[in-house]
Amino acid sequence: MKKDLLGIRDLSKEQILAFIDEAKKQKAKVKNKQLRDCSLKNTSITTLFYENSTRTKMSFLLAGEYLGAYADDLNIATSSVTKGETLIDTGLTLEAMGTDIIIIRHGMTGSAHLLAQNVSCSVINGGDGTNEHPTQALLDVFTIAEHKPSFEGLNVTIVGDIANSRVARSNIFALNKLGANVILAGPSTLHNANMRALGTEIYTDINRAVKNADVIMGLRVQLERHKACQFPSLAEYAKFFGVNNQTLKHAKEDVLIMHPGPVNRGVEISSQTMDSPHSVIYDQVENGVAMRMAILKYLVS
Amino acid sequence: MIIKNGRVIDPKNNMDEIMDVLIENGKIVAVEKNLPCTGHETIDATGCWVTPGFIDMHVHLRDPGARHKETIASGTKSAAAGGFTTICAMPNTSPTVDNEIVVEYINSKAAKEGIVNVLPIGSITKGLHGEELSAIGEMKEAGVCAISDDGKTVDNPSLYRTAMKYAAQFNLPILAHCEDLRLVGKGQIHYGEHAETMGFRGIYPEAEEIIIARDIILARLAGAQLHICHVSTAEGVELIRQARKNGQAVTAEVCPHHFTLIDEDITTYDANFKMSPPLRSKPHRDALLQGLKDGTITVIATDHAPHHEDEKNQEFENAPNGIVGLETALPLCISELSGLMSPMQIIATLTANPAEILGLNKGSLSIGATADIAIINPTQKHTVDKNKFASLSKNTPFHGRQVTGQVQHTIVSGKIVYSAK
Ligand SMILES: [Zn+2]
Repeated sequence: MKKDLLGIRDLSKEQILAFIDEAKKQKAKVKNKQLRDCSLKNTSITTLFYENSTRTKMSFLLAGEYLGAYADDLNIATSSVTKGETLIDTGLTLEAMGTDIIIIRHGMTGSAHLLAQNVSCSVINGGDGTNEHPTQALLDVFTIAEHKPSFEGLNVTIVGDIANSRVARSNIFALNKLGANVILAGPSTLHNANMRALGTEIYTDINRAVKNADVIMGLRVQLERHKACQFPSLAEYAKFFGVNNQTLKHAKEDVLIMHPGPVNRGVEISSQTMDSPHSVIYDQVENGVAMRMAILKYLVS
Repeated sequence: MIIKNGRVIDPKNNMDEIMDVLIENGKIVAVEKNLPCTGHETIDATGCWVTPGFIDMHVHLRDPGARHKETIASGTKSAAAGGFTTICAMPNTSPTVDNEIVVEYINSKAAKEGIVNVLPIGSITKGLHGEELSAIGEMKEAGVCAISDDGKTVDNPSLYRTAMKYAAQFNLPILAHCEDLRLVGKGQIHYGEHAETMGFRGIYPEAEEIIIARDIILARLAGAQLHICHVSTAEGVELIRQARKNGQAVTAEVCPHHFTLIDEDITTYDANFKMSPPLRSKPHRDALLQGLKDGTITVIATDHAPHHEDEKNQEFENAPNGIVGLETALPLCISELSGLMSPMQIIATLTANPAEILGLNKGSLSIGATADIAIINPTQKHTVDKNKFASLSKNTPFHGRQVTGQVQHTIVSGKIVYSAK
């Protein structure tokens, strides 16, 4: 059994492509209601989420169920975490109860790595601080692969709160490994020049950033950033950095619009654009379950 | 006691020669060649350096308040194992050292269980809250050697100016921890490409540089003696260099971890690499080395900050700042600085220079001085093993590192308090 999936940074291009292939197979099975795969029979998975999530948590629980696992969520709000139990102790407790795979989301960078070092069961990083959200990036590249023949030379523009986004970072790592060009765009307060070291170009002019884009990926604007005065107002954000049908004119004709959700309609992406044929936002949700099935299968294989 | 055939390095007296050192009644009575051994306990120091015992201006003992991390007994044992015969204890204990009663508590504890000299440092403000002055005069009377709100910057410049001016009349230096916490924000490691790679929010070097600049200007206004703790940035060094050129009473220390490691050495999310200020990038580290070489930085201090293993083995952001340093300082100095500075210069940063800043009658091998001495094998290679530390805490990023230079004996007032096994 593979131990953990902590970040895209640790994965090879071949491994990412293998995940995409496996996710394709799983997606077909889910579509055809052929859920006889019992790869995870007698396997127990637990989601341990210190931050809110609908999509990631639900899709992992579903993915587990579809593969025949016992899947459950540790409700942090009613658990002993509220009594001050440490992350490591909580992990050891889950392990003692027979959990084979813990999916953790935590607000602090490196917390999934800390857990993985201190338990012998598998750990999947469901998002750690401002670091990585590898399963989101894998489902994103899977979604792109469904619509584009190759990643080589593909222009992917990521727009929004880059500095605080683990989704952006994992996508940057994944897309670079796959041979795509990654362009970042957003207010100057929400990115920094060091991100060029990750292999990206950076623009504050969104029309310039989406020039010849094959994919535009919006990121969620965290309302608390707005409160921390990173930009003056949501209206101003939408005006300068929102993606709308005007923006699309600068991109390629068959550009894909993506977003990890949940979307603030009219802020990151206009309603019109979101409901246009360019949008694959709901495909992403659907693909989330299939990709997480692929990841769970990989860990028990 | 007689120490035979060692290379006596005594910066205060500008001596670097093979000599014998004779100690009687806890005092140094002769430093000469070929002293007769008759009737004396003899230490053969052939091949070793014989230096004044080291003085560490920046140590966190955890008594009162957190004796599970370090006691005065364990902290002074750790000091002795590192060649330190005098350590200055920072006031951020619980309760804070902000009045003479806590100073007296530490003094009496040190007299009872300490095996090296412990000099308390008083806080600048009550409870380190930055609001009201501590009992600076009464603490001076009780024996503090300096004042500091280490761990924090005194935010209010008006209060700080007052504190500096008040301390100056008692000849107390200000030991300044320079960091604007609002600019640090949620930063975890040095701001730069490496923080980006690791997914950490960065700590801007400017958070330190701004406060160093402010504190130098404030100290000039107040006529105070200012000592900058653990400088970690290139521009910080430059600001200090300029102030010293202008003749201002400004000194600075650097920690061994800041001149040994850089941000890129943080490759896992191990909080044993977390300290304040953080490990900086290579250009900053090189500027620290240059500052040491050209005499801008005249002190090496450890910022020894013991923490329990469980406190460090948690989320990086939740883990406390700091590492233990007393037992790794000398080997890191010899390993990292030997190509850059002479043995005399290195030893001065650990002895005569801190003594001068604090106005201590220590840090030399002068005739009549108290016999506080370190005997060092400068070529002994070994591997840092945290499990052999005398400190109660094991929080070090240097476990397993190959180093050169080992303390053989530490002598306090003519008595051996530590010998290498
Ligand atoms: Zn400090």
